[in-house]
Amino acid sequence: MAVCIMVIVKENYPFYVRSIPVENELKFHSVVHTSLDLVDEKISAMGKALVDQRGLCPGLLYPTEDYKVYGYVTNSKVKFVTLVDSSNTAHRDNEICSMFWKLHNSYTDVTCNPFPNPGDRIRPRVFDNMVTSLMTQVC
Amino acid sequence: MEAAAGGGCGSGPPLLSESEQQCYSELFARCAGAASGGPGPGHPETSRVASGAATAAAGPVADLFRASQLPAETLHQITELCGAKRVGYFGPTQFYVALKLIAAVQSGLPVRIESIKCELPLPRFMMSKNDGEMRFGNPAELHGSKVQIPYLTTEKNSFKRTDDEEKQQETQSPTMSPFASPPSSPPHYQRVPLSHGYSKLRSSTEQMHPVPYEGRQPLVQPEGPSSGGPGTKPLRHQASLIRSFSVERELQDNSSSYPDEPWRITEEQREYYVNQFRSLQPDPSSFISGSVAKNFFTKSKLSIPELSYIWELSDADCDGALTLPEFCAAFHLIVARKNGYPLPEGLPPTLQPEYLQAAFPKPKWDCALFDSYSESMPTNQQARDLNRMEKTSVKDMADFPVPTQDVTGDDKQALKSTLNEAVPKDVPEDPATPKDSNNLKARPRSRSYSSTSIEEAMKRGEDPPTPPPRPQKSHSRASSLDLNKVFQPSVPATKSGLLPPPPALPPRPCPSQSEQVSEAELPSQLNRAPSQAAESSPAKKDVPHSQPPSKPIRRKFRPENQSAESQEPSTTISGPASGASVKPHPTVQKQSSKQKKAIQTAIRKNKEANAVLARLNSELQQQLKEVHQERIALENQLEQLRPVTVL
Repeated sequence: MAVCIMVIVKENYPFYVRSIPVENELKFHSVVHTSLDLVDEKISAMGKALVDQRGLCPGLLYPTEDYKVYGYVTNSKVKFVTLVDSSNTAHRDNEICSMFWKLHNSYTDVTCNPFPNPGDRIRPRVFDNMVTSLMTQVC
Repeated sequence: MEAAAGGGCGSGPPLLSESEQQCYSELFARCAGAASGGPGPGHPETSRVASGAATAAAGPVADLFRASQLPAETLHQITELCGAKRVGYFGPTQFYVALKLIAAVQSGLPVRIESIKCELPLPRFMMSKNDGEMRFGNPAELHGSKVQIPYLTTEKNSFKRTDDEEKQQETQSPTMSPFASPPSSPPHYQRVPLSHGYSKLRSSTEQMHPVPYEGRQPLVQPEGPSSGGPGTKPLRHQASLIRSFSVERELQDNSSSYPDEPWRITEEQREYYVNQFRSLQPDPSSFISGSVAKNFFTKSKLSIPELSYIWELSDADCDGALTLPEFCAAFHLIVARKNGYPLPEGLPPTLQPEYLQAAFPKPKWDCALFDSYSESMPTNQQARDLNRMEKTSVKDMADFPVPTQDVTGDDKQALKSTLNEAVPKDVPEDPATPKDSNNLKARPRSRSYSSTSIEEAMKRGEDPPTPPPRPQKSHSRASSLDLNKVFQPSVPATKSGLLPPPPALPPRPCPSQSEQVSEAELPSQLNRAPSQAAESSPAKKDVPHSQPPSKPIRRKFRPENQSAESQEPSTTISGPASGASVKPHPTVQKQSSKQKKAIQTAIRKNKEANAVLARLNSELQQQLKEVHQERIALENQLEQLRPVTVL
């Protein structure tokens, strides 16, 4: 079950954070943040031949004892990072990637809004709903 | 007083008299039932929900109010006072207050809060289809209500105050405290000391009346396009809106059963929105990009989060651009928000793009295009300031005729299918050419009507483009010129270039042909007076780029009627004349070929301009030659004469 989903903008600050259990939220955030450089590392390692139709999906970034960290990068260097509970080890990369693709689609829908939404992006409820559905579904 | 209040709430005597209570509740149930399936009155808590079930929909309520046969202005005041406008909907309390006010006005009392304190007959409503047989006489049992009236004023104020507190409304604003529905609001009665409430009511009523009147004025303009409850109708357009309201409701009752009146777009609003859309993007089938829409909607001075929310609601396909129905939905939401309506949680069904598309008959766009261009053009040519638009929207709304509602259920499906294929998600066309042509089209149409030669031109307009022989030309002005000689050599020169355009001429309607005629007068007139005025040469260069083959025809028939006055309007018509010819065609062509047509029009226009200029050039050369010949002849004569005298 996806415990935490975070969208990080090109400038490497979190644009959108969503976690399920409220306790230890900061820990999730820190884990996600630290995994950002992992993302970059993987991207640079993978090279340029990754113009996937829907984006780079490095997949599993780092398995910790409790969680696994998955990452995903869009064309515009927006990164999605999720923490997935390690208890659900049956997840394969593909599932995670498809989840990321859905996230990406929803994110593009949100960005189509021309009115600037400085900072707070909880407003787009569609995005929220989708994220929630993902988080509950992935369990 | 408290005992009285206690007595008031304990035994539950109605604030209104028995008959009033009965009738009002019946009316309310009917109004609410007509809309959303009729919850009973008397649940003020639920009535606070904006889209809650206990509201009387504005449509039946409006009908009912109209049935009371009060003038529209009075109805407007009543709705203001009863708080429906502020609250945004007709809850039972507002409804009761409104009914009471109607009764007061029908009894001849002014529309004031104090009127309600007097004993009143029941309001009288004429028959209307929605209200059924609701004709009330003058019941005699009003004496009982006298005792309750002091409670009424204080209790309603106390009740209202709790409402106010919850809603954080300013207390000075219309504190038109509605009647508390007796059974359910006893707990409110005891909350506030009655004397305090009473004095508050007194003070508030004095302030209230200037306030709504002043407050209403600035709201009138922005509220122009709102289709919300009657309270939001501007006074001027209430009649037309009421008409459209009832007409629209009939239609929509036929076709759909959407109860959310505030979210339904009336025809006038729709036309307004469509015009605004066109001001941003001439092609109704294309869409407005996000940045353009953003600038536009930002002018509405709503906060950015709200605008973002509205966008999120209205851009159903999330493509970053607004098609016409999306734009109308967004505009409507903005308007509603400005009028104080809370934004809905989701896009109301009446604002769904499919619904709006179905209700948008395509020919209507073009008709609206024709009809509204002369009104919309002035606004378009001003800065597209939304504030200004809001003000002019009132004028525009006044100018728009109530359109004929031809859309029935069957037509809607047919139209929907055609619209769906006609509104593709392709790249928006080049706005420059159609925009220019549209701009140009409008101007000549409005001005050509003033030219004097229209009637005759219209008669001539049906002539085939082949130039008939013109022996009738006379030399009324330029005696030294033989106009026939001038024109005839020019005709064959230009004929080759003119053959493509002529076939398009006949189907054109009269106005455009009249323009051509008036422009045809120009060159002939100019050519007539070359010797007189060298300054005519710059005017000649302005000669319009109209259809050259038509010019010889008209010129032939109109040698004497040239007047200088027609020159001024004609010169200004110059460029757009041929652009105007495209105007009648859109009704025939499909959207997809509009682009081609526009481009072809532009090409044709330029070709014609070239042809005209070339011909002018040749004509002038000819004249120059002739003038030279005359000069030579005169010099010869002089020489012949001189030796005689000398000798």
